[in-house]
Amino acid sequence: MKTVTADQIREISGVDTRKCMKCGRCSASCPAYDEMDIRPHQFISYVQNGNIEPLMNSKSISKCLSCFACVERCPRNVKPAKVIEAVRVSVLRQRGETILSADEMPELLDENMPQQLLMSAFRKYKK
Amino acid sequence: MQRIGVFVCHCGTNIAATVDVKRVAETLLKEPGVVHAEDYQYMCSEAGQKLIGDAIKEKQLTGIVVCSCSPRMHENTFRKAAERYGINPYLVEIANIREQCSWIHKDKEEATEKAIILGRAAVAKVMLNAPLQAGTSPVTKRALVIGGGIAGIQTALDIADAGFEVDIVERTPSIGGRMSQLDKTFPTLDCAACILTPKMVEANAHEKITLFTWSEVEKVGGFVGDFKVDIRKKARYVDMDKCTGCGECQAKCPNKKTPNEFNRGLNNRSAIYTPFAQAIPNVPVIDKNACTYLKTGKCGVCAKICKAGAINYEAQDEIITREYGAIVVATGFDTIKLDKFNEYGYNTNKDVITSLELERLMNAAGPTGGHVVRPSNGEDPKTIVFVQCVGSRDTTCRGKTYCSKICCMYTAKQAMLLKDHYPWLDIHVFYIDVRTPGKNFDEFYRRAVEEYDVDYIKGQVGKVSEAENGRLLVQASDLLDNRQIKMEADLVVLATAIEPNEGVRRIASMLTASIDTNDFLTEAHAKLRPVESPTAGIFLSGVCQGPKDIPETVAQAGAAASKVIGLLSKDHLVTNPCTAKCNQVYCNGCSNCEKVCPYGAISYDEQMVIRFGARETTRVATVNTALCQGCGACTVACPSGAMDLQGFSNRQILAEVDAICR
Repeated sequence: MKTVTADQIREISGVDTRKCMKCGRCSASCPAYDEMDIRPHQFISYVQNGNIEPLMNSKSISKCLSCFACVERCPRNVKPAKVIEAVRVSVLRQRGETILSADEMPELLDENMPQQLLMSAFRKYKK
Repeated sequence: MQRIGVFVCHCGTNIAATVDVKRVAETLLKEPGVVHAEDYQYMCSEAGQKLIGDAIKEKQLTGIVVCSCSPRMHENTFRKAAERYGINPYLVEIANIREQCSWIHKDKEEATEKAIILGRAAVAKVMLNAPLQAGTSPVTKRALVIGGGIAGIQTALDIADAGFEVDIVERTPSIGGRMSQLDKTFPTLDCAACILTPKMVEANAHEKITLFTWSEVEKVGGFVGDFKVDIRKKARYVDMDKCTGCGECQAKCPNKKTPNEFNRGLNNRSAIYTPFAQAIPNVPVIDKNACTYLKTGKCGVCAKICKAGAINYEAQDEIITREYGAIVVATGFDTIKLDKFNEYGYNTNKDVITSLELERLMNAAGPTGGHVVRPSNGEDPKTIVFVQCVGSRDTTCRGKTYCSKICCMYTAKQAMLLKDHYPWLDIHVFYIDVRTPGKNFDEFYRRAVEEYDVDYIKGQVGKVSEAENGRLLVQASDLLDNRQIKMEADLVVLATAIEPNEGVRRIASMLTASIDTNDFLTEAHAKLRPVESPTAGIFLSGVCQGPKDIPETVAQAGAAASKVIGLLSKDHLVTNPCTAKCNQVYCNGCSNCEKVCPYGAISYDEQMVIRFGARETTRVATVNTALCQGCGACTVACPSGAMDLQGFSNRQILAEVDAICR
């Protein structure tokens, strides 16, 4: 898999990683923290250091719930979830797969399931 | 024939790095009327000013153009220099080629061209400058201090000690302000009341100081040296002369259901109250929104038991008008509202409190007598979590972009005092950075870590929820150990950001004093004039200008006082001669200028005017030059071109525009 550059991640996500103050409120808010090998706050510093390959190979990109708690809580508008999403999108694009297509959606609809979950799944599994 | 001299400043590399100053001088020398042009490294220096003086003598200059920094910075310097060397100071023009040229351009070619154009405009203007004479206006030798906290008290004491009268206007029932709510003060841990209350007593007893508590500034008119201020003395319903301060009324008042503002709502107070026992003046007020008698006409207990007969339910607000030479703003701060920070559960859980609420809990005169308990059940806490930067350094709409400056220090203080009282306590502090610059400040914070064993954790809290056992569940980051922490706590203390007190906008607009995006009052110069507002005669003291601790506030209060003393010691002030002037031959009496004048400087009356050789009596405008601030609004509003601003006449402005467009 071809590693994308930190600049590409910044461009796709629209995130300026320099704004991060390293307070950790993102990881403190993250409900999927225990499942992740690389944590939300680390995503920011990895991108700052130009170290994208471990991010592309991390479990975290599929463990992120896209709940946006980190985006909501960040005092500096850094938006870690957008960075995670940008890495995820980069990986999916290279694989050329669409794991979840729009046609499959009606079958998955369940009135007990929050719509946000479907949206998150779509964000994660569609190219 | 005009003989103009042009002086181009390098400002070190500030201008010279982006503007070819030699070429600017050479090009401007070719302008008609210019007989001398030179450049120099620092035109504002002694040597630079001498260059100007020598040229005035040798070339008999009649006008001077200095191409340099903003006129706000050095116009006065060069005007004084010109006067010293025998030229009317108003024959000096500044072309701002630093702020408006070199600092904002990168390309040297373009910047040089622009500098030449700006210089050319200034030359065109100075050709039409007329020598002006500054007038004088009298000074009322009394100062007004708005706000009776430590900043206002200290400023007032310093001014009064110099022999001038001072009035303090305080909107709450007592002076003392935020400092009176605190327990102890860092870094020496003196008790706030022990060092503040003597100052409050001194202010009250000082023969030169008049206190207007439970009062607000209603209206401000006039200008530096001669302000006219309306003060609303809100109805107290208690006669200040008769009341003995026995406190019987507060004890017997049956209506004790109003949240106590002084204790930050941690307990309730009576409808008739003094905010705290050491209040000055020690005369209660009746809260008209809470008092049963004032709302329904039934009750009257306080009037019945008051032996001094001080209660007067018929009292009305009173407006008094006073004159002042100078006004000091010392309106202080409050903590921000935490409505937008739901993750900390401040509004849903009683055991999540702000640091100021903790101060009240720790204070011996507070709602619990200084015993720190969980507000939910009154039990002793075992684990306390402090969260730093709640709403500070936050660039989203939820918080404030700035560092509130005092939180790191007071958190270390609170943690140590708590450990002193309750050594078994387990205390954790979540921080982003610990910022403790200041004399003996870092040593103070390190003592908390090293001697008191307070657990400082680099990382923030993401969520505070209620655990099943009734304690608080804190979910946070430990960034140095790269882990997420979940811990139980009994009390969570939020180091809440501070912001200027409510109402500061209203005061600033009454004073025409500028404020920044955070509602802090702006200083005239961030470094060189830190206690003056850009509006003449308005001075700044304390947190209304920016976050600061008590030592800094007291220092700034003294600085503001010395500026006020300097102003009040003068019998007359030199006024700006660049005021509006009405050419009554052209005036058609339409009143447009009178309507737009923000200073009330224009009036109309019948005058004898000679028009086209004929005498006639007609309604024309007259400018009171003592009131006119030279804003120029009237010159724009005047349809007949009768109104003109001296030093900035329509002809001069048009000449500048022509020179730029040439």
